Amino acid sequence: MDTPLAGAFAVLPSYLGHHILLSAAALALGTALSLPLALAASHSARLRWPVLTFVSLIQTVPSLALMALFYPVLLAISAASRSLTGHSFSALGFLPSLIALTLYSMLPIIRNTVTAIVNLDSDMIEAARGVGMGPTQRLLRVELPLAAPVIMAGVRTAAVWTIGTATLSTPVGQTSLGNYIFAGLQTENWVWVLFGCITAAALALLVDQLLGLIEIGTARRSLWRVAAGMGILALGVAAAGAVIFNPAQKPAYVVGAKDFTEQYLLAGVIRQRLEAGGHATSLRGGLGSAVVFRALAQGDIDVYVDYSGTIWTNVMGRRDRLPREAMLREISDWLARERGVRMVGALGFENVYALAMKRERAQTLGVTSISDLAKQAAHLRIGGDYEFFARPEWASLRQEYGLQFQEQREFQSTFMYRAVANGDVDVISAFSSDGRIKGEDLLLLSDPKGAIPPYDAIVMVSAKRKTDKALLAALKPLIGAIPVTLMQKANYLVERPDAPMSVDVAAQWLDKQLPAPK
Amino acid sequence: MAIQDCGVEGGPPIISLKGLRHSFDNGNSFALKNVDLAIEPGAFVALVGGSGSGKTTLLKCINRLIDPLMGSVEIEGQSARDLPGRELRRKIGYAFQGVGLFPHMTVAENIGITPSLLGWSRPEIASRVEELLTLVELPPDYAGRSPDQLSGGQRQRVGVARALAARPHIMLMDEPFGALDPVTRDTLGVAYRQLHDQIGLTTVMVTHDILEAVLLADRIIVVHRGEVIADGAPNALLTTPQRNDVQALMDMPRRQAERVHDLLHGEPAGQG
Repeated sequence: MDTPLAGAFAVLPSYLGHHILLSAAALALGTALSLPLALAASHSARLRWPVLTFVSLIQTVPSLALMALFYPVLLAISAASRSLTGHSFSALGFLPSLIALTLYSMLPIIRNTVTAIVNLDSDMIEAARGVGMGPTQRLLRVELPLAAPVIMAGVRTAAVWTIGTATLSTPVGQTSLGNYIFAGLQTENWVWVLFGCITAAALALLVDQLLGLIEIGTARRSLWRVAAGMGILALGVAAAGAVIFNPAQKPAYVVGAKDFTEQYLLAGVIRQRLEAGGHATSLRGGLGSAVVFRALAQGDIDVYVDYSGTIWTNVMGRRDRLPREAMLREISDWLARERGVRMVGALGFENVYALAMKRERAQTLGVTSISDLAKQAAHLRIGGDYEFFARPEWASLRQEYGLQFQEQREFQSTFMYRAVANGDVDVISAFSSDGRIKGEDLLLLSDPKGAIPPYDAIVMVSAKRKTDKALLAALKPLIGAIPVTLMQKANYLVERPDAPMSVDVAAQWLDKQLPAPK
Repeated sequence: MAIQDCGVEGGPPIISLKGLRHSFDNGNSFALKNVDLAIEPGAFVALVGGSGSGKTTLLKCINRLIDPLMGSVEIEGQSARDLPGRELRRKIGYAFQGVGLFPHMTVAENIGITPSLLGWSRPEIASRVEELLTLVELPPDYAGRSPDQLSGGQRQRVGVARALAARPHIMLMDEPFGALDPVTRDTLGVAYRQLHDQIGLTTVMVTHDILEAVLLADRIIVVHRGEVIADGAPNALLTTPQRNDVQALMDMPRRQAERVHDLLHGEPAGQG
């Protein structure tokens, strides 16, 4: 049962359940907000333009960005609420996804409702007034019933959009069918990518058909159609709720992971150790690098692995350079003091941003260090992952070495390695622990000027878990136990193109190489 | 020009319009220019005139589908502004060319709409619907039909039944039979005139068809550019029109009548 497909089916109830609940909540909220707004807009020409423009404008914001934008906003509101009332809420996962999807769902509903009511036959309005209806009676007895099929068609469009877009909620920490796609993309598990696409499409299609049944039912005034459509939809949502809110499955420990293989492997090892001790866990994978630390500080996740240089520059905002050990000590003190987060320790390897080239290409050009590279950079092309060119390391590299490339391109990391292997780019921003460095026979260029700070992998736990014995007992044996060669090997098991291993199996393999828990 | 009141001796008017003015463009032009009218109970009045003459605007001022800019409207001795428009309209029957039957309601629901707005009980409404179907000569099993299963004439009958449902004293009709074929149109016109007499209604009907006005109404009011230019019994307007344009208007039915008369009495063609 170790095939990717079996693995995909094993997590289907959870992914699908979360996906259904999120989509249903967004659609219900979107409809509830859209209808009054649309009714107001259809009766007031002055309101119509701003309302329609606003919802159209939302549609132009890329959905992923919209969800990401709500995270800092919610975080600020949550912090304000904590200081005012003592209560805070999770700014990660459900809420930002819900708000973004709700806003997305509004355009088709509002547009259809306004169109339907504004274009109602003028004889209907005259007759309604003539028989003595007031504005509210006209709305309830004539306008809404006549517009209902067109409004339902709008709800139907909104439902398909919402279900499709909900797959993009994974990076803000909301479990969804998108988890298959994001995890699959990172670990080159194409079966998972396809599985995620197919299940999301199938769900959208099914819901579309059921809403279609309700739409026909309202148009033909066929009660059984409306009842059947609504009944099946309600059953689906109830089933999803039963799976997700089953108290027996409530996870005790939430393990976070960023969106690359090594993170999934380390999260896997941590979960296996906790589960071996009889504790329930859940994974929040595919988190954006900027989101994941805030999620830990906020207590949305309990534990994850990050890298000292990332915390140093991105979180602490430091630009100075300290020796490795001193830097780790300072980070540990700062985290405990400023954020209440506990750094349990360093795992023993570094995953540093490093510039890498195909070995033979480097030899042809006579390049072994970044200083050598800088002399020829003007006619070379560089590829980076989505965040590299926006990071302080890149600024620092350019400043120290005066790097100026002919062309600069951004890739999802899997495709970045493909690009350097195929010769589409000459240099990439690799990670020193990446298995593909070995696999693609890449040469890591040395950094004689020390432009890039150390990137020791460190384990951190949230404030509320900082004295949790079970968690600390599970993590302690990992400290200092993972040399870079072991991490590279584990990463390569998953990323080798010829015979990739599933993340779960590779994590089990890695777990066996490490000291057993006491 | 002087207003000829036909029913002065019949007691106070049921509809009284004084100094009515209305403009659709903030006073740049007037659709109604100072109209005074008194309509006695039981009258069958035809408002005639070309398109844009203001006859429909005048009609709609009576049930406040339009609130006139200036002037007063009194219904049964009470100012129309004393009641909210929708309550006034529940007391006045209204039928128009488009009929406007609600397609999502059955014939019975359409007919019963005003009584239901007035809070009648279900059995009351049901028996009233049955009564009205008989009155407009539709089979009782039409109650459960949907409007799109009816012919144009049947739809118009349902429209009249709906207007009559709450037992109004006044019926306002705007080209009610305008969209029907001539035979149906005549049948419905005659049938409605009988209903009018039978129930004792007061009817104000807008029409651009002068022949229809002559055949159905007791009193014809000619509206031109927002003013009443003639007002009298059909007989008076046909025989002693006071203005050239009114005479021209009345010539058409008279010519038709003379021609039919000649044909009936075997006179040769070409004399009319």
